[in-house]
Amino acid sequence: MDTPNGYWMPPAASTVAQSVDDLYFVIFWLCVVFFFIVTGGVVYFAWKYRRRHADQLATQQIGHNTLLEATWTIVPAILVIWIFVLGFRVYMDLVVAPGDALEYQVTAKQWAWDFRDPDGCSVPGELHVPAGRPVKLTMRSDDVIHSFYVADFRIKQDVLPGRYSSVWFQADKPGTHAIQCTEYCGTSHSAMFAKVVVHPPEEFANRAQTFCKVTVGKEHGEKLYKNQCAACHTIDGNRLVGPSFKGLWGREENITGGTKVLVDENYIVESIRVPTAKVVEGYPPAMPAFPTLSNDDIASIIEYMKTLK
Amino acid sequence: MNDHAAHAHDDAHDVPFLEDGKGWKSWLFTLDHKRIGIMYLWFVLIAFAAGGVFALLLRLELMAPGKQYIEADTYNRFFTLHGAIMVFLFIIPAIPSAMGNFVLPLMLGAKDVAFPRLNLLSFWIYGIGSIMALSSIVFGGVETGWTFYTPYSTNTSGAVVMMTLSVFVLGFSSILTGLNFIVTIHKMRAPGMSFFRMPLFVWATYATSILQVMATPVLGITLLLLVAERTLGIGIFDPALGGDPVLYQHFFWFYSHPAVYIMILPGMGVISEIITVFSRKTIFGYRAIAYSSLGIAIISFLVWGHHMFLSGQSAYAGMVFSFLTFLVAIPSAIKVFNWTATLYKGSISFDAPMMWTLSFMVLFTIGGLTGLFLGALGIDVHLHDTYFVVAHFHYVMMGGTVIAFYAGLHYWWPKMFGVMYREGPARFSAIIVFIGFNATFFTQFILGTRGMPRRYYNYLDQYQPLHQFSTFGSWIIGLGFIIMTVNLLASFKQRVKAPANPWGARTLEWSIPSPPITHNFHKTPVVTEGPYDFPVEGQAVSGAEGKHA
Amino acid sequence: MNTGIVRRQHAHHFATADQEFSASKLGMWLFLVTEVLLFGGLFVGYAYGKSVYPAMWHEASKHLDWKLGALNTLFLITSSFTMVMGVNAAQRNKSGEMNGKIVGYLVATIALAGCFLVVKYFEYSHKFHEGMLPGTHYTYAGVQGANAHYFFGLYFLMTGLHGFHVVVGMILLSWVLVRATKGHFYSEYYTPVEVGGLYWHLVDLIWIYLFPLLYLVG
Repeated sequence: MDTPNGYWMPPAASTVAQSVDDLYFVIFWLCVVFFFIVTGGVVYFAWKYRRRHADQLATQQIGHNTLLEATWTIVPAILVIWIFVLGFRVYMDLVVAPGDALEYQVTAKQWAWDFRDPDGCSVPGELHVPAGRPVKLTMRSDDVIHSFYVADFRIKQDVLPGRYSSVWFQADKPGTHAIQCTEYCGTSHSAMFAKVVVHPPEEFANRAQTFCKVTVGKEHGEKLYKNQCAACHTIDGNRLVGPSFKGLWGREENITGGTKVLVDENYIVESIRVPTAKVVEGYPPAMPAFPTLSNDDIASIIEYMKTLK
Repeated sequence: MNDHAAHAHDDAHDVPFLEDGKGWKSWLFTLDHKRIGIMYLWFVLIAFAAGGVFALLLRLELMAPGKQYIEADTYNRFFTLHGAIMVFLFIIPAIPSAMGNFVLPLMLGAKDVAFPRLNLLSFWIYGIGSIMALSSIVFGGVETGWTFYTPYSTNTSGAVVMMTLSVFVLGFSSILTGLNFIVTIHKMRAPGMSFFRMPLFVWATYATSILQVMATPVLGITLLLLVAERTLGIGIFDPALGGDPVLYQHFFWFYSHPAVYIMILPGMGVISEIITVFSRKTIFGYRAIAYSSLGIAIISFLVWGHHMFLSGQSAYAGMVFSFLTFLVAIPSAIKVFNWTATLYKGSISFDAPMMWTLSFMVLFTIGGLTGLFLGALGIDVHLHDTYFVVAHFHYVMMGGTVIAFYAGLHYWWPKMFGVMYREGPARFSAIIVFIGFNATFFTQFILGTRGMPRRYYNYLDQYQPLHQFSTFGSWIIGLGFIIMTVNLLASFKQRVKAPANPWGARTLEWSIPSPPITHNFHKTPVVTEGPYDFPVEGQAVSGAEGKHA
Repeated sequence: MNTGIVRRQHAHHFATADQEFSASKLGMWLFLVTEVLLFGGLFVGYAYGKSVYPAMWHEASKHLDWKLGALNTLFLITSSFTMVMGVNAAQRNKSGEMNGKIVGYLVATIALAGCFLVVKYFEYSHKFHEGMLPGTHYTYAGVQGANAHYFFGLYFLMTGLHGFHVVVGMILLSWVLVRATKGHFYSEYYTPVEVGGLYWHLVDLIWIYLFPLLYLVG
């Protein structure tokens, strides 16, 4: 984890971050100056002209001063227009992606992120990118409006259903950075975490043999669980939207409608492919389908579930 | 204009208005603007308490990451209710309906507002709308946020229709009050009171009323469309049906941005009144303040897109909205400078209304300045939908309007109820609230710049210390308001009689008894000077009751 | 019907009757502004839909019967005329000789409004029959183009909200009518007739915009 960029800002981990922070501090110091002018004026006048005896009147009744009023209209007007220009310039850097950016596909849904790199590689809940290259994300939502936010990069963009939106960044140093959803999207809006993993270029070039290689197994299953299932199913026994996975494997469950079912491979596959087919009694039929999960993915989840005694 | 017909009749109504009729029917069916104002006052105070309780509950859950005592769904309902109650049941009606109703006709030298029965209807509508809104808690709750963004709000379960219909109803109360006030200001000023002899609170109310009349209907149609979307599946906001969710945002913010000026303008009016009286000094820049109120009202219709820089609207639109947003900062800045200059060479007392006013000066300045960050496109990207925004709007809405509301309450309390409260606890509560407010909300600027999103039930560990500190601050705010409330209510028990003009003010409401008689004035006053004509040292003191009939 | 007039004192929070009349008119004008903004939102929704689905819009509009729309336009324009005549009669009513005329014009206005609603009833029931219902209830297959329900959804919202205002107008004017039969309105006081008329003209004006936008754009 990099060091924060000062007291106020997180690490400046993208190529635009420093210019964003510089803009912040231009406005910041302007605000500090005006704050002290106003507060200083108020405090000073309140003290200097405090009423010393009950009948004390004002020393002078001054209703206006054209020069003063013109000054404090024109000077702030110039200053705010200047800030507008600065803000606009930084904004242009933020929204115009370089032509040679690597193009990724991002899907947001309640309550997980799905990332696919130009070769189709997808790691659950993780956006893997190379250091030193611009990356452009083309994003869509499967349901409601979400928003893609990486504070360390100073980038953010709403992700919409029925439409594409895009955002770009370039990170020059390897590291990990949090992705947070910043448009309220329901129950697990604040559990929709993901991360950007920035790799040294050689490591990224090798990804087909490393992190893009999907080994069916409980580690992959755990990653999938965290990204796709954790929003609704705990592993500690507590009830969330759906039943907890703790001790679930191999158990006999009562189904809405009166029958029973054994929680085995077939039941897990059916629950993921046709979620409303057999709903555990006492739980709502709220589980969505997961079309992006492959058979290997489901097998991995099953392996992981077996470990949750 | 009008002949000052002396309505020297009806001695039956020359009793203090609080005693003119007893029993609940004499209140519920009153046509007296003062009684209507007081009924509004109790309702909005209760709404503030309810909204405040939800805030405290929210902050309690945020002490640490993960569940503290409620589930995510409950948290989401709490923040929705906090926002909806505070915006629609408290802050929009508070100063205009509770104080404006009481004070406006008095300040103008009128016997009542233009349409007293419409005024009563506005109050009933407010009552009905409030009950509907609160009943939505029972009918499944709402957890969409007070902004009801689609398609989440059109698809989620819960009492969204009930809540949106109740806001629709409440909107009518706001519209009709604004309408009433505009006509009152245009048609019922006392002889001699030109527009530029009106108190600045009246100017502020006038600008606010224009916004209420013009902006609220757009909210009305937006909410109707939302209801149609949910009940009939109309589809204008739902991409699955061929609609556009960003269109909803345009509709919603077209009202809701002017709405925030509906919230702050009356507060600014209150500050203008108090700062002059408690400095015994004429307002600096009367015309600038009057014109800037209108200027703010007009420009406020042009900036709604600054809530939507990241929504998918074009960069070009963003540029236009950003530029206009910076323009709207100028009239507000002018007011702040004018108020500061008003203190110069005055005779400043630190009675409770002034304590709250000085608090406003600091907090509103911070709130207004932090708006500059959000108007600047390049930095708004980072700050949008984070705690920075939460801090900004609490500084202007709470540090601004709420503080101004309580300043006004302490200022006009003697006039409304004929009793004085104890000064000590009143001033003390203002200080406690100031400290607690900064502790709670300044912290949130830092949370925001560091990347903490808003509407988050859970959060990353690194944000915990600041969240905890903010929660402690919220308890201090709560304590301050409890002291303030107990002190004000105690004044009814202590019954220290208030004189007609305890503050030495020069606007017309202070030239009549505290509390006023039902008909306000025995004889219609004739106005021969401005509202802030204070004498200076060495001048023959003509008395604060001065030249008004 | 009263053949004379019943004089009234102005409400005593006003200084003069003139002030009261002037205030009432300003109040009604302000209310009309709010109505324009209320419908304005729907017009914006219309503009958006038409810009995104121009071909479908054009086609869907053809399924509205413009002749019925034109007939309704005629009804409303005439009703505005009879309303103006009613206000005029009240202004000339010195001591009750015009009571009958005021009542007559008001009856005509309300009757024409009723005719408008009858035509709308036929239009609506035809649409329900065909399946051209709003939103998810839309089943009509006769319009080419995606999301044809959008046009009809807006059609129902706009004409529905307008129709609601016609009904409210009829109720308000009926109340004015009852007072007119009692001789309440005369040359020095006819405020309810005047402001009722203002409201009615807006209802008419909104329809004059709705008619070409919905019926003639095809």
